[in-house]
Amino acid sequence: MHRLRQLYRRLEARGLTEEQRRVIEFELALAEQSGNPEFIHQFGQAPAARSFYSYADPELFAQGLPSPVLSLVAAQSLDHLLQRDLQREQDGFPRKIRIGKLVKPGRDGDDKVVVIPTTVEEKLIHDRVPEDEEGEDGEGQDPGEGGAGEGEEGEVIGEQPVREEQGGGSGTGQGQGGSHELESTVYDLGRVLTEQFALPNLRDKGKKRSLTRFAYDLTDKNRGFGQILDKKATLRRVLQTNIALGRVQAGVPVDTGNLMVSPDDRVYRILSREKDYESQAVVFFVRDYSGSMAGKPTELVVNQHVLIYAWLSYQYQNQVETRFILHDTEAREVENFQAYYQMQVAGGTQVASAYRLVNRIVAEEELARDYSIYIFHGTDGDDWDTYGEETLPELEKMLVYASRVGITVAENGLEGSRRSEVEKYLSKSGLLEAKKELLRMDVMSKDSTEARVIEGIKRLIS
Amino acid sequence: MELISQHAKRIMEGCKERARQAGLRFGDETLEYIVTNRDLVALGPKVMIPTLYDYWVQDVEVLRDQGRYELYPSNPYETVINTRPPISYYNDNNPDWLNVMIFYHVIGHIDLFQNNLFFRHTWDYDFAGRALADKRLFARLRSEKGRWLDYVIEFARTIDNLVGYFDLLAESGETGGERSLSLLDYYFDVFLQRGTKPGVSLYAGEIERYNRMCREFPEDGELRFLKSVTEKHRELETLYAKKLREKKQVGRTDPLQFLMAHSPFLNREENRWMLMVLEVIRSTSLYFQPQIRTKILNEGWASYWHDTLFLGDDRIKGHEVDYAIVNAKVTSMPRVGLNPYALGMRLFQYLEQRADRGRTGLAYFQTRDRQERRSFDRATGQGRDFIFHLRENYCDSMFVNQFIDQDFVDQHRLFVVGKRLNKERMTWQYYVRSRKAADYKQMVADSLYHPPRVEVRVDGNNVLVLDHQFEGKPLLRDLISGVMLGLEYLWGGEVHLYTRVPIPVKSNREGDDQAREEMPKRTIQWKRFRYSMKDRTLSRTLAE
Repeated sequence: MHRLRQLYRRLEARGLTEEQRRVIEFELALAEQSGNPEFIHQFGQAPAARSFYSYADPELFAQGLPSPVLSLVAAQSLDHLLQRDLQREQDGFPRKIRIGKLVKPGRDGDDKVVVIPTTVEEKLIHDRVPEDEEGEDGEGQDPGEGGAGEGEEGEVIGEQPVREEQGGGSGTGQGQGGSHELESTVYDLGRVLTEQFALPNLRDKGKKRSLTRFAYDLTDKNRGFGQILDKKATLRRVLQTNIALGRVQAGVPVDTGNLMVSPDDRVYRILSREKDYESQAVVFFVRDYSGSMAGKPTELVVNQHVLIYAWLSYQYQNQVETRFILHDTEAREVENFQAYYQMQVAGGTQVASAYRLVNRIVAEEELARDYSIYIFHGTDGDDWDTYGEETLPELEKMLVYASRVGITVAENGLEGSRRSEVEKYLSKSGLLEAKKELLRMDVMSKDSTEARVIEGIKRLIS
Repeated sequence: MELISQHAKRIMEGCKERARQAGLRFGDETLEYIVTNRDLVALGPKVMIPTLYDYWVQDVEVLRDQGRYELYPSNPYETVINTRPPISYYNDNNPDWLNVMIFYHVIGHIDLFQNNLFFRHTWDYDFAGRALADKRLFARLRSEKGRWLDYVIEFARTIDNLVGYFDLLAESGETGGERSLSLLDYYFDVFLQRGTKPGVSLYAGEIERYNRMCREFPEDGELRFLKSVTEKHRELETLYAKKLREKKQVGRTDPLQFLMAHSPFLNREENRWMLMVLEVIRSTSLYFQPQIRTKILNEGWASYWHDTLFLGDDRIKGHEVDYAIVNAKVTSMPRVGLNPYALGMRLFQYLEQRADRGRTGLAYFQTRDRQERRSFDRATGQGRDFIFHLRENYCDSMFVNQFIDQDFVDQHRLFVVGKRLNKERMTWQYYVRSRKAADYKQMVADSLYHPPRVEVRVDGNNVLVLDHQFEGKPLLRDLISGVMLGLEYLWGGEVHLYTRVPIPVKSNREGDDQAREEMPKRTIQWKRFRYSMKDRTLSRTLAE
């Protein structure tokens, strides 16, 4: 907190506009409320009120049987369903199938993202009477819930953090099978996106570097026939055969002329197709997780990043390495997508810190040599570094090695319709035009739909 | 899916025998199937009816966000379905004592299905058989019409929650021929009571005059009276004729029925097959209506009986503790939440006890003295009869609104939970908001299933008009466009929907800053809007 204040004072000394000050003070206040900004909070699921209609016999009487509720009937394949959806559009009705992402909460915070087609049947139903956005007013129209047991009127019987800590870094215990499920569905989603939503295909664009490359190398061994005889391995086999036949014995000198050579003993090297790992891609997902991002902007950015990740997974045949970076005034790398997806902190915003971290990782691990590097950054556009004095140099450094830098600005609606800092200094810098092939920006409003998010991806990657 | 073993079936028959002795009434035949999880997955989307028609939405995960139970009221994972014979589903490898418990529970459900008057319209036929016929019909139509069948199903389903279930109940409840509105009825029931302030003295005077004429002229008193009235009010007869016409045309609030009768598009020769589809959707929906309206009653009744009968069953001696564990899971009141099994069972037990002591009658309610009330006991022994009466004649809303009282709330230490934001600690706090019976009752009543009421009529320009009857809640806006699109297709022309929408009003920003801090609450104002769907585009305008 102290450091944030110091930073604020330093910035103030350099001069801030009225709006700037307001945004920064808002974020500072948020940070103060949740205590130490170093202490990472995560989203807690809103306390789900269980409808009493959801109680059912099988669940209550069954003993330890898994609930079938989460299963999906696969009577028709995803392709078939999407085909049908496309047909709807041709018939003049809006599409109905959405690609949903279901986060299955697991123990120890190792939640899984499962990708499924979803739909909703439209009916006229009652909505709730809108309440105050904060929902702070307990005496309002909200009918409340049932309860039983001890306690006086007014007594607090339970508490739940608004943002919950859920073990961010516990990726170690995750079973292999589990993560495989995630990967395969993400891959499927990528295919769906590419095919159905007509996202561009990287290879079709005729990029110079083929993205999945195969090298043909004499690496595989084969007995009986082949291109080149592997003499050492063949001799070894010949000896084995002769020992088995009793023609070579310990202590007796070996007469090489007498050794039997069976056709099977000859070991050859043959040409084989090897995946060229140099054509792998590494993707940096960078997300602003400062206080002003809470709610809708975070959701939009994370959703978009899931979809980009899926698309890249498909394009690179799963040969995508991902790095996840979160930043407020400082940046940190997190291990897995779940942590990336969920973490939320109430701190300030400095974009430069994240870019610096990306540059450092790339330099230290020499990633630029072997990988195509993609960087996707999601932010609400606030930056305490108003003119991008620190950010722009880092960004330029980045553009030297990156295949694509995509910046998503999801407006938080805090400061009305004015353009955000990131937007402003980026367009001012002229980088967007000068490096058009490398740098893209997409600005979304707070209430963008899934379709808009996909549209945004097209802009970022095309 | 296979039938349960002969051994288990024998146990079931034993349970039926004991249940009959206790007073439950149900048909002799029942079908019990073993289902695996895989079966359940396939049965779930078909609301456990194996023969339900196929529809692609069943193959897609349905979004489970807000309004899920409003949208999909028929619980897909029920154990018993109300068919003839009733079918119930079991896990393989349940121990016998658990089966006994579940059998009693199931028998409770069956008894309610077959005796509760809200299920009356399902008594005359076997839904499984009907569904199979419908499924075959759809299969044939699908082969002829292809995807257009699915569109019609989809559009019909957008309004299948608005079916006129209570109209149907009223019709089947009516005895004898239909009694139409006579001129005399119209005069007294409508004509005299119009205007803002109908005079009571005038009304009473007219009744008195009518009675006097009937007494004086036993033969044609009524005619004379009517003659005098029509002479006095010249407009009466025209108004009456208009009213009759209106009634015939508008009548029901069931949009599906209305479309079938009046849609020019559906009644075109080449589209007549769609009528069959609409009828199937409508009758299927009607079939599920009573289920959602008797959830507390149904689960409470079944839990009451498994609890009562299991402990008296001699076949399961030695499993009392096992039973207690499962039973506690099923019928315990959660600290926060509403368990229909627990609430319903406790209400039945509570009411049985009260009726046993004669505490349901006038004498009890006229007893003002608290002490006397507490010791009030007529020892009538009418408890069982009373709860059997409830199971026959009540639905959830009647059950809840009539019987949750302060004694009940106190006895089970019930309360309403509120949720508030604690800004200092940044937490949601759950707290005991109220222990008053009225609040608890209101809370339960508010969470009961209640689809919006929509009245349908045709406008002068052949526009289909839906009029949402405002009950303090808006319609879920995201879904309106899809519904209207479907209706436009089925109607074959423009469709309007009138509904009220809450418009937030900024609170007056006058006064000093402090007052502003204390009054962050926004108020809302209800405005009536008209949504119109024309050529597949939706627009919204302020009506009024």
